[in-house]
Amino acid sequence: MTVGLTHFLLVAAILFSLGILALATRKNAVMMLMGVELILNSANINLVAFSRYQAMNLDGHLFAIFVIILAAAEAAVALAIVLQIFKQNQTVNADQINKLKE
Amino acid sequence: MPDIIFQSTKHFWPEITLALTFIAAMIFEFATKKRTTGTGILVLLGLAAALVQLPSAPSEPVSIFGGMYAIDPFSTFFKYVIIVTGMVVVLFSFQSQELKKESGHTGEYYCFIAAVTFGMVLMTGSSNLVMIYLSIELVSITSYILAGFSKSLRRSSEAALKYVIFGALSSGIMLYGMSLIFGLTGTLDLSGIRTALASGHAVTTGWSFAALMAAIVLMLAGFGYKVSVVPFHFWTPDVYEGAPITITAFLAVASKAAVFAVMIRFFYVAFFDNMLASTGVYSSFRNVDWSMILAVLSVLTMTLGNFVAIWQDNLKRMLAYSSIAHAGYMLMGVVVMSNFGLSAIMLYFVMYFFMNLGAFYVVMVIADKIGSENIDDYRGFGKRAPIISVGLSIFLISLTGLPPTAGFVGKLFLFSSVMASQFIWLAIVGVLNSVVSLYYYARVLKNMYLREAPDGDESPIVFSKVTSAVVILFIIPNILLCFFYQPVLTFAQRSIAILLPGL
Repeated sequence: MTVGLTHFLLVAAILFSLGILALATRKNAVMMLMGVELILNSANINLVAFSRYQAMNLDGHLFAIFVIILAAAEAAVALAIVLQIFKQNQTVNADQINKLKE
Repeated sequence: MPDIIFQSTKHFWPEITLALTFIAAMIFEFATKKRTTGTGILVLLGLAAALVQLPSAPSEPVSIFGGMYAIDPFSTFFKYVIIVTGMVVVLFSFQSQELKKESGHTGEYYCFIAAVTFGMVLMTGSSNLVMIYLSIELVSITSYILAGFSKSLRRSSEAALKYVIFGALSSGIMLYGMSLIFGLTGTLDLSGIRTALASGHAVTTGWSFAALMAAIVLMLAGFGYKVSVVPFHFWTPDVYEGAPITITAFLAVASKAAVFAVMIRFFYVAFFDNMLASTGVYSSFRNVDWSMILAVLSVLTMTLGNFVAIWQDNLKRMLAYSSIAHAGYMLMGVVVMSNFGLSAIMLYFVMYFFMNLGAFYVVMVIADKIGSENIDDYRGFGKRAPIISVGLSIFLISLTGLPPTAGFVGKLFLFSSVMASQFIWLAIVGVLNSVVSLYYYARVLKNMYLREAPDGDESPIVFSKVTSAVVILFIIPNILLCFFYQPVLTFAQRSIAILLPGL
């Protein structure tokens, strides 16, 4: 059995679902951010796989590199905010950070 | 290759100016140790420099940087709205007490305003999926920082946390959608996607059609999140309430304008055929009924926004729900996807700029004075601070859409564009929603004029001359635009040209 496009897409789809699941079930803000990383990387796998098997050009690879850079920038800002939250509340549990009503 | 770059740079000067402003402001902020408003003034000048270059944009659509970016009248119109909003927000920030309380570098705050304006301007012209993603992320990441800028306030950090988690989720979902579109069409270029879909061999089997549907739904979720369309709106009230009020105003006006621009460009260029351009109505490829999906979203958005706003006690939070409702009204213009609809959205953004920024300004100065945004604390304001109260009343009436205010004209054109495309029921829902919105706006007016201050205190609350002058400056266009909207309308009608392949 050779590994084809479908296999890559399947892995990406599973990662994507796991990311959504992590965001839906985890209460810890850091864990939620890890879920976001899973989603971003599932899209990256898609992009690179499509680029290799379907389009046969480098567009997808380039896009994936941009996504990796942006994910790093986003993580830096997000962790800084989480740190700020921890300083104020001594917790990063999303359930206990509820001063704003809803 | 260098030729292309030089040719493109010629049209790219407003954006370059904004980028340079950001860098210059950063260097200036690091170089000066003292806390001054110098950085703010520098950013203001930079934004003004970008603004004066906009009129020299070519009147015909041009594609630059190898199809990455489009310069057309449509994006130029939104650039005006965004840059002017940025300047107004910088001016508001000079006066905000909330920011003055922050220890440390308020200069950074102005740097980020320059960066976020740059990102929004890039969004209006992006014509490639990479460019769309990059500009949206530039705006998002910078707004996370700005939303949490009042570091001493717990609610500000909480708003930033909620914003960053949901924001990252939505851009991740959108990215997944983009990757599917890339897989189906083999290109990231919007006009390339259009060509691939039009020729028909991109989507051949049922499976690939299902994948295309999924991709569009994911993209729509991403865009919908950014303009706070129900059911992706849940972050809006918390972020708008927690963020510094200047940033709330910025997000409510400029960010919405930028996302509407990029959303309209995405759907219009990639998914709509221009066969029926003679009637001004566009048909979608493969007869996918996008208009129905968008119409349902639009109805949900305005209804939920208006009904939940009724229960709010915090005026800032109420304005957040009202901005959700307004996103719903503006989405109606996207539903019809006609030239009339597009110009109505653009006209509405100009009106929305005046009424919303005015309202947020009044909330800001009152919060600085009495330390509260609670609607109950506005009791007796009619007598104690007449000019401010009249101002707030006019802004709120304008937001409702009653004559003789700018909001009336905005809604009139929006609703008639919907009627013109045979969406009568949608227009009726819109009008009914405006009636509902009158209820909660009127509650503020009732508190200000008909009820006494809680402790019988009738001593006037004195606002500075500058504050009164700014409020009056916002009242004038709110009234005048009801009668003299023609120049704005003509400008909007001239600005609907969007870059399409083959032009």
